[in-house]
Amino acid sequence: MTILDEAPPATGRERPVPPTRRSLKPSKRRSVTAWLFLAPSLAVLAAFMVYPMIQAAYLSMTDYNLIRAAEWVGLDNYVELFQDASFWNAFWNTVLYAVVVTPITVVLALALAIFLDRQFVGRAFVRTAIFLPFIVSLGIIAIAWAFLMDPNIGLVTYWLSQVGVVSSQGILSDPNWAMPAVMFVGVWKNVGFYMVIYLAGLQSIPQELREAARLDGAGAWQRFRHVTLPLLSNQTMLVSVMALIATLQAFDQIYVMTHGGPYFKTETLVMLIYREGFQELRFGYGAAISWVLLLFVFLLSMIQYGFFQRRQVRF
Amino acid sequence: MATTIEKIPVTIHRDRPPRRRGPSYMSTKSIWTWVTAIAGIVIALGMLLPIIWMVFTAFKPESDIVSFPPTLWPRELTIEHFVNVWDRIPFARLYVNTIVFAGSVTIISLFLDSMAAYALARIDFRGRGFVLVLILLLLMLPFQVTLIPLYDFLNSLGLTNTLPGMIIPRMTNAFGIFFLRQFFLSLPKDLEEAARVDGASEWRIYWGVIMPLARPALLTLGLFHFQYNWNDLLWPLIMSSDVASATLPAGLSLFMGQHVVEYGLLMAGSLLALLPVIVFFLLIQRSFVAGIATTGLK
Repeated sequence: MTILDEAPPATGRERPVPPTRRSLKPSKRRSVTAWLFLAPSLAVLAAFMVYPMIQAAYLSMTDYNLIRAAEWVGLDNYVELFQDASFWNAFWNTVLYAVVVTPITVVLALALAIFLDRQFVGRAFVRTAIFLPFIVSLGIIAIAWAFLMDPNIGLVTYWLSQVGVVSSQGILSDPNWAMPAVMFVGVWKNVGFYMVIYLAGLQSIPQELREAARLDGAGAWQRFRHVTLPLLSNQTMLVSVMALIATLQAFDQIYVMTHGGPYFKTETLVMLIYREGFQELRFGYGAAISWVLLLFVFLLSMIQYGFFQRRQVRF
Repeated sequence: MATTIEKIPVTIHRDRPPRRRGPSYMSTKSIWTWVTAIAGIVIALGMLLPIIWMVFTAFKPESDIVSFPPTLWPRELTIEHFVNVWDRIPFARLYVNTIVFAGSVTIISLFLDSMAAYALARIDFRGRGFVLVLILLLLMLPFQVTLIPLYDFLNSLGLTNTLPGMIIPRMTNAFGIFFLRQFFLSLPKDLEEAARVDGASEWRIYWGVIMPLARPALLTLGLFHFQYNWNDLLWPLIMSSDVASATLPAGLSLFMGQHVVEYGLLMAGSLLALLPVIVFFLLIQRSFVAGIATTGLK
């Protein structure tokens, strides 16, 4: 930067000198500047995140369908929710999805990161290939997966039938196979992103620590268990929290591949919010489901955070 | 065994080849390297299967796609799907919408995010802690919670089914602010102090000193914003009930099973829809890894 002796007038972002002719104290002036920098973002966040979030709490206590005025019903939506079989179905589907997909994704991401931390020919290609699904649209690529799993012309269906795994209705219409199929696509999509975070973590581990353990006679597993893994606990926390939140919000591949079917076997909470809110136009009821989702995400994140906080290692 | 001579380059350049070139076990080492490389390629091809399949299918004639048994490799090649996709579905419209939506969200939010992040990272002011806590809370908020009231709100403003209605709520992003703040914190104070002594305004420091230094982080966040919005399905699906404002993922998924039974056509369209994000990623790949490694994401 060169010397800038002429700041544009009336921007409210004055130069810090000279102090003599300023009416505001430097600390005041800094505050004004900072708030001016923050103002556009805070306005957008307040109008389109904070306000709708609070509004969602209000709507969840009304009966509202966009056309007639919202009618106050108190906690009726929540009472109905807890007696609604389709809510519990979606809730347990979401839990099942999260409980299966989160650990598989995290463990696989770590395994791939350790594998790809080694040197070999074509490593850059493999890294890119694993990361690529994260970059592409699940809304689009799920169309490809749906075709690959088509009962008549699907390549994956055909390959599976060649090795003796046969499903007469096709994978996505089979109540036993639809959920594993969307879970598989969910893992496939995100594992590369978490792998990159683990790779960055592995690169920050001082090599001396592992070398020292090696000289002390620790085997590969021991070095992993007692050196690498504890030093990656920050990454594990970040990846677990992010993966869990992402799985609780699963939507895209479910919408494209199964639409929540067959027999609501793959309907998750977000899918249910979409169906109740935007297809049945029950906005109040949909908002109530949203708030249950929010509290659920918040609670689980706190538990996870508390769990990892006690196990954190610094170096 | 590893000698001290070998250990020196290992500790300095962890990513460069001169690692363990010990002649003593060269042969077993190289076998392992080959096994690793082959395993890596197999994993990579497995991950890329739907994309590879998409590429081949897009070039297959329709009769080949539906013939049994299905094959990965095309029996004949054709480019008719790439020609037809433009008039059989309103593909150009979807494409332009997606570019406008993802492009403007990316540019505007990089700008607003970085301004907010600058204030949070580089200016000491009263209320900073409060704003930071607010940002962190919003980070955890599932966007689906705001979906219904947000739609209702934009509907009352007459902004549903329009591109501005889709863009405006995305103009800033709690994650982006947090991500850039972490990066800005890691920059040295010296340059900025020098500019401040010279009498530069905060705006000049932000735009002239900090932003050029933040290139890798901005490119990384730019990729995140671009791919997230380019790929987003739920938000455009809700905001656009007609093709005039629909984006590619929402548009193509609507065409799946409804208007189009021609798989080749849909795959050609899907492939073209994926291309910009893949190209963007390949272009900034280097900055991307640096961006991840130097910010809060590690």
